Amino acid sequence: MSELAIETAGLVKVFGDNRAVDGIDLAVPAGTVYGVLGPNGAGKTTAVRMLATLLRPDGGEARVFGHDVLREADAVRQRVSLTGQYASVDEDLTGTENLVLIGRLLGHRKPAARERSAQLLAAFGLTDAADRQVKNYSGGMRRRIDIAASILKTPDVLFLDEPTTGLDPRSRNQVWDIVRIIVAQGTTVLLTTQYLDEADQLASRIAVIDRGKVIAEGTPGELKASVGAGAVHVRLRDASQRPAALEVLTKILGPGVKPDADPVALTAQLSGEDSDREAAEQASRALAELAAVGITVDNFALGQPTLDEVFLALTDHPATEKEVAA
Amino acid sequence: MTAAATEEKAATYTPAVESLNAVLAAGQAPPRPSAWSASVTFGWRALLKIKHVPEQLADVTAFPIMMTLMFTYLFGGALAGSVTEYLQFLLPGIMVTSVVMITMYTGVGVNTDIEKGVFDRFRTLPIWRPAALVGALFGDVLRYVTAGAVILVVGLILGFRPEGGVGGVLIAMVLLIVFSFAFSWIWTMFGLLLRSEKSVMGVSMMVLFPLTFLSNVFVEPETMPGWLRAFVEVNPITHLVAATRGLMQGNPDAGEITWVLVSSAVLVAVFGTLTMRLYNRK
Repeated sequence: MSELAIETAGLVKVFGDNRAVDGIDLAVPAGTVYGVLGPNGAGKTTAVRMLATLLRPDGGEARVFGHDVLREADAVRQRVSLTGQYASVDEDLTGTENLVLIGRLLGHRKPAARERSAQLLAAFGLTDAADRQVKNYSGGMRRRIDIAASILKTPDVLFLDEPTTGLDPRSRNQVWDIVRIIVAQGTTVLLTTQYLDEADQLASRIAVIDRGKVIAEGTPGELKASVGAGAVHVRLRDASQRPAALEVLTKILGPGVKPDADPVALTAQLSGEDSDREAAEQASRALAELAAVGITVDNFALGQPTLDEVFLALTDHPATEKEVAA
Repeated sequence: MTAAATEEKAATYTPAVESLNAVLAAGQAPPRPSAWSASVTFGWRALLKIKHVPEQLADVTAFPIMMTLMFTYLFGGALAGSVTEYLQFLLPGIMVTSVVMITMYTGVGVNTDIEKGVFDRFRTLPIWRPAALVGALFGDVLRYVTAGAVILVVGLILGFRPEGGVGGVLIAMVLLIVFSFAFSWIWTMFGLLLRSEKSVMGVSMMVLFPLTFLSNVFVEPETMPGWLRAFVEVNPITHLVAATRGLMQGNPDAGEITWVLVSSAVLVAVFGTLTMRLYNRK
């Protein structure tokens, strides 16, 4: 077993009568990306803030490379960096000023801080924006300057709190690439997200959090297997062909095929053991078979399990319920 | 592919493995900065903010000018017979009032600043904990100096002729700045304690108005009823005004100066500690 970068046992944080974090146990191996997946209000940010020494735990223990976050906060701060959910940079200052400021606070002399900032801005494609105030940056640029500030000193643990929420797909891919490069250099990344595909893309292990508790933990493969490999959504031209289509699909995809509320639509849940590729193969066989028996298909889609489906499978309520209640 | 699309693609950032790796490999931090150096760096941040939003200097320029003109001409004739004569008495006091009133923006500033994500970053850095707040106050000290200087210039133009000379005026202003720095810790505490900017303003007003007006700034306390005089005489602003007035008029009162320095130390000890306690809990 490799060294643990982060270890928590029974971590608790209570706000009033809300148990935001309610007994979380985590074991994050060093040098990996660990995903903490959950809906809004699940307690992800609160947990990260405790690990980053910003909040005092009300119960339980948390260690970062063996240092207690409460008793040895300073030792923890030497080793971690945080990119918060909202920009953890000063929006009134320019990109350069922000990085020089952090550089100075880390102990660099001014020339060294300037040099390091220029180097980081270049690596993050922000040289042209160096002298603009961060408040005039696009969402993707803000994220990048934020991550740049977090690696001014290469941290042993990097906390990324919902790093791609609100980003367009291109900026999201950029952040993903950056995370992969950072972790390849040995930094442990703890990433919170609301998106299963993000955790799937980046994390080697995932903890699913709901109402302050870990409700599932494992590799992305294990997690997806527990909820099925996804679903095939089929839309027919003619509602009268649906019973025939149901029969064909059941023959190929198994018993998980159900007619939708929409009279021309069907959904087939794929079984859990299948890999993504097998799922795709099965789906294309089903499509071919439908065509062979003369059923006209208007639309055919293969969907990955969504966070909502994971939630539905792991709890008995959808992920969005909390947001409505909150 | 169209020309526009090609251009757009060229402008798009793609994380480069080599340059990011180089940056990561060179990411060893030097030894941590001293408490003083970290505080000065935060002071620099405050200066940068003034540079980017210079309008925020209105309260240390326009407001003091207004105060000086208003009270000089309002009370001058009635209280001292002549404006110039009253100005010799009023100017040190109005300088104290204006600067002490400006200190409340410290609380407002802390209250809004602390809510921003950047404070999360500051608080996860391995630095001397009070540095962020001490540095912010360093920035505010510059504002206090500006306000003091503006009032002095306006006063000199209106006919203020301090007997204490350049030295006396300078020492008086240094004393005022020292006290204001110490006094500001009350506002950093409220800035952290209260939920909104508005409530910080409200509390500041409730404290500052009686404190500055129920003092010896505008009139000598001799004419006041006994109970009021009792308050005025323990009011720290009274002692501060007496000390600055003495220095500017060329008859420094060692007792009052000591009183101001001791109360400054007490303010920092009490409210600095409370502020840090709140800051660490935030």
